[in-house]
Amino acid sequence: MDTIKGLADYQLDVLKEIGNIGAGHAATALSTLLDKPVDMLVPKVVVLPFEEIPDIVGGAEEVVLAIFLRVVGEAPGNMFFILNLESARNMLSKLIGMDLSDNGDYSELELSALNEIGNILAGSYLSSLADFTRLTMYPTVPALAIDMAGAILSYGLLQFGEMGDQALLIDTKFLEGSEEVQGHFFLIPDPESFGKLFAALGVESL
Amino acid sequence: MIQQTIIKVGMADLNVGTQEGVLKTTGLGSCVGLTLFDGVAKIGGMAHVMLPTSDIAREGSLNIAKYANTAIPELIERMTLLGASITRMEAKLAGGAQMFAFAGSSDTMRIGPRNVESCKAMLIRYHIGIKGEDTGGNYGRTIELNCDSGALTIRSVLQGIKEL
Repeated sequence: MDTIKGLADYQLDVLKEIGNIGAGHAATALSTLLDKPVDMLVPKVVVLPFEEIPDIVGGAEEVVLAIFLRVVGEAPGNMFFILNLESARNMLSKLIGMDLSDNGDYSELELSALNEIGNILAGSYLSSLADFTRLTMYPTVPALAIDMAGAILSYGLLQFGEMGDQALLIDTKFLEGSEEVQGHFFLIPDPESFGKLFAALGVESL
Repeated sequence: MIQQTIIKVGMADLNVGTQEGVLKTTGLGSCVGLTLFDGVAKIGGMAHVMLPTSDIAREGSLNIAKYANTAIPELIERMTLLGASITRMEAKLAGGAQMFAFAGSSDTMRIGPRNVESCKAMLIRYHIGIKGEDTGGNYGRTIELNCDSGALTIRSVLQGIKEL
């Protein structure tokens, strides 16, 4: 779609700032949960063909743990919190002393704990974003999947699918100090949300 | 033994192959991997369908590989150009999963099953029989179509490898 290809630098900066504020709050929440410092990298705003998006997390066939939620309200979109399996395991063991077996099977309790972590982090991302933009945005109940990155992420691209073959995503990578837990927050605003986000932050849309 | 080459099919993409080819698409979630095969001419085709119908398209230049109702006619045409005959084509489908389980299901949430329904409706319109399918569920799949034997190999994280 033409709108996202033609974004000016200052508009991209605004989207990066959205990632900064949202993921910053979420990283603080994660740090509180783990009782460890959590760093985050400067958010990246990327416009990529669908095909290349899973490469950010290791390729379409890479098995990842993802918590997905739909953002509803004035600026709808899709949000993912993505961890590799090792990070998920480390996080559970740090947080609740659960030691996961190596066969990759998660008990209901472990899945529920991960889901709740995703819920807390995504909630803090969104609520800080809603405060900052004064737009109403709230998350749907999160859902968790452990599967191929391509299969998971394509689900968040359907809204863009109706418009073209590329999507814009705000990617923030975070890592716990010793890098035992690392992952990504992805916010993929729906195509029609950009205008509202820009207007809310006092930037002209195209 | 024929040396086979992998032909990659991306998301919202389609391609065809002859005897030496293996068509492959990775990470099918709610998307449907639709394959057609003519066992006599040994010509195969694969489409990675993302959405059920181009009626919902709001894009300027339509990517016909993306929608079930436009990808299937294109696939048939491309295979026919290589020498396949529509009367001999048989279809196999994989994918169309519902990756995330939500309470209540809006139309977007049901996209996997809708993609499958739309593909099947198109196959009926072209009188192409469905030889096998592995659709639905809540998991992702990677598929490979051997354009020599017509075998469709389906790989998933928990279910392992399956052949249709």
